[in-house]
Amino acid sequence: MSSEIKFGRAINQALRECMAADDAVIVIGEDIAGAGGSFGVTRGLLNEFGEHRVRDTPISEAAIVGAAVGAAMCGLRPVVEIMFMDFVTLAMDALVNQAAKMRFMFGGRASAPLVLRTPHGGGLSAGPQHSQCLEAWFAHVPGLKTVCPSTPADAYHLMKAAVADPDPVIFIENKSLYGASGPAPQAENAVAIGEAKTLRAGTDLTILAYGAVCRDALKAAEMLASEGVSAEVIDLRSLQPWDKDAVLASVARTHRLVVVHEAVRDFGPAAEICAHVAEFGFFDLDAPPERVAAPFMPPPFAPDLERVFRPNAEAIIEAARRSVS
Amino acid sequence: MTLVTGTAFHVPAPGRRPGDTPDFSKIEVPRAGETRKPAVDAPAGEVTDLAYGLVRVLDHNHQAVGPWDPQLSDQELINGLKTMVLTREFDDRMLKMQRTKRLSFYMKSLGEEAVAVAAAAALNDDDMLFPSYRQQGALIARGKDLGEMMCHCISNARDNLKGRQLPIHYASAEHNWFSVSGNLCTQFPQAVGWALASSYKRSNRIASSWIGEGSSAEGDFHAAMTLASVYKAPVVLNLVNNQWAISMFQGLSGGESATFAAKAIGYGVPGLRVDGNDFLAVYAATRWAADRARRKIGPTLLEIYTYRGEAHSTSDDPSRYRPKDEWRSWPLGDPIERLKNHLIGHGAWSADEHETWRAQCEERVATTWKESIGHGTLEEGPHAPTHTMFEDVYAEQPWHLRRQRQDLGV
Ligand SMILES: Cc1ncc(C[n+]2csc(CCOP(=O)(O)OP(=O)(O)O)c2C)c(N)n1
Repeated sequence: MSSEIKFGRAINQALRECMAADDAVIVIGEDIAGAGGSFGVTRGLLNEFGEHRVRDTPISEAAIVGAAVGAAMCGLRPVVEIMFMDFVTLAMDALVNQAAKMRFMFGGRASAPLVLRTPHGGGLSAGPQHSQCLEAWFAHVPGLKTVCPSTPADAYHLMKAAVADPDPVIFIENKSLYGASGPAPQAENAVAIGEAKTLRAGTDLTILAYGAVCRDALKAAEMLASEGVSAEVIDLRSLQPWDKDAVLASVARTHRLVVVHEAVRDFGPAAEICAHVAEFGFFDLDAPPERVAAPFMPPPFAPDLERVFRPNAEAIIEAARRSVS
Repeated sequence: MTLVTGTAFHVPAPGRRPGDTPDFSKIEVPRAGETRKPAVDAPAGEVTDLAYGLVRVLDHNHQAVGPWDPQLSDQELINGLKTMVLTREFDDRMLKMQRTKRLSFYMKSLGEEAVAVAAAAALNDDDMLFPSYRQQGALIARGKDLGEMMCHCISNARDNLKGRQLPIHYASAEHNWFSVSGNLCTQFPQAVGWALASSYKRSNRIASSWIGEGSSAEGDFHAAMTLASVYKAPVVLNLVNNQWAISMFQGLSGGESATFAAKAIGYGVPGLRVDGNDFLAVYAATRWAADRARRKIGPTLLEIYTYRGEAHSTSDDPSRYRPKDEWRSWPLGDPIERLKNHLIGHGAWSADEHETWRAQCEERVATTWKESIGHGTLEEGPHAPTHTMFEDVYAEQPWHLRRQRQDLGV
């Protein structure tokens, strides 16, 4: 049987292999070299690859991502760490107006293939400015790809895919997953960006999730099974592009859909997915699609308030019950 | 492509690493009193030397010397000393509570007490402060109730921020203390904007803000400096160079090739380097800058030169990146010891009085902690009622949020 690996370690391993295979891969960010990153993901890379490839940068997210765009255009493959997704606001111009549009604006003759790693999500009681899930912003920008794995093996494979990708990729790591273990990645199970995965097969409804809430979706499916409801759980893994074929095929079988994310509900990724299913799978649906997401407000700090704020298995079960009733 | 040999590019590195003996021999410490004091209305272009000086008042014999001596009364100095001691005791108690998990997160200001306390003393109480997370001393100096600070840190029923903010991110309108932001440096342009609005209202209230040297790499620092310079905003901008930004030494933030104060020169703003562990120097420099601001002469950047005595926060382990106990060798000493020795030196204070006061502060924070947890603990509550967290997203709760609240059964 395969051994286990932690989520953060799996990303570290992918980075190490990418760096060993290609000198063009560099890692930059705040406190990522000697300190190994706020969540330890880049630990050990400095010793292995040296200070020119694993670089602590001045505290300027705009400079880090702007410089990554420049380095990418010069032929490097920068992997940038933004310490918390909340700070990515400061790098938005470089991402949205530069990296995302480079290929298009240069008539296909230039590109900015960088990877931006950043942790999102709550559960650590980190308050309104260190807990947000802002992935919908990126999925809404033409030219950017966005992935959000839920297992160590997927994180490993998607990081490899992101580094190899010819376009800029936003690689989102849910903070509550760093400590989680899972089966170590197998080389033959490579994951392409844009590929969903069925975590559990079922016949009565489809629960679609990505990132940490996949665990809640599985828990909910387990509970629902004991009530005689057979839920299929799909991990989207990539948001842009997302695997519409897998979702439509599942809905064609189950006729019911619950989409779950930790990001706030309004104008979130679930809105796009539900709209798409309504457009292209309307006649397969036996019930209105359901969304389970955080309420439309900033994440609160206090642990008991945050527990209410974050979507959980119970909320998924309720939505599933509404859907099948 | 022609290839060249040699190293790729320069990567700054601190001279000292974990396990090394602390060594600050490369740090030049000018004699106290050596740096000149210009007239308060001196044009920025005529004070550029101050960006490479170091405003110091207390000499190695603990005497106040030179043109920057603010000539404070003994009582004023004793008040400052007492507030610094209280701040340190408060920090110690809170760290202990964090270690025993009664608090989830904390940030100490060890060694930087004068930075905040002396500035608060030199500013008017109605001047608006835009702090970072390490100026708790200024809030304490302004008389904030310690119990309220603790209640905020544990998000209990008495937390004025209703369980919404990280610990130590105090907000206190009554104390003209702007909410601490989790995103670095945002307070700098806000302070400039506030100061300009205050001028517009013909008020003589000025603004003051603090960032760390690490944060000066953010675009907001440069934006704020430009804005302040263009409109000659009545603002005192403090850049606290405590040598470390989490694990990154100040050279990685731009301190290797020039002083941080020197950044001001390019903006046409006076930049002064100040001994941040010298209460009198911080007071005098702040006063000089505040007078300039109040007299509509313009903004000032103060590089407050100090050392971060503790870990960055309770989430950080400095033994990974710097020698242990380096702070003890800091050539500019301990701000509390220096002011204490100064006062003892001319008979206004004694070691006994000092220890008595310290013990009183220790007891006071311990008692206040007990009272505070009477209003609820982080683990058990009571916290702000759950329904309150849906309030204040907008002035009026929108229909969709109301619906989502109801769906959550709240
Ligand atoms: C925009 C942004 N980027 C990064 C961080 C993470 N962070 C918090 S404190 C800190 C170091 C700041 O160092 P410095 O400005 O020198 O202040 P000090 O902590 O030394 O007082 C970093 C990188 C943040 N909070 N906000």
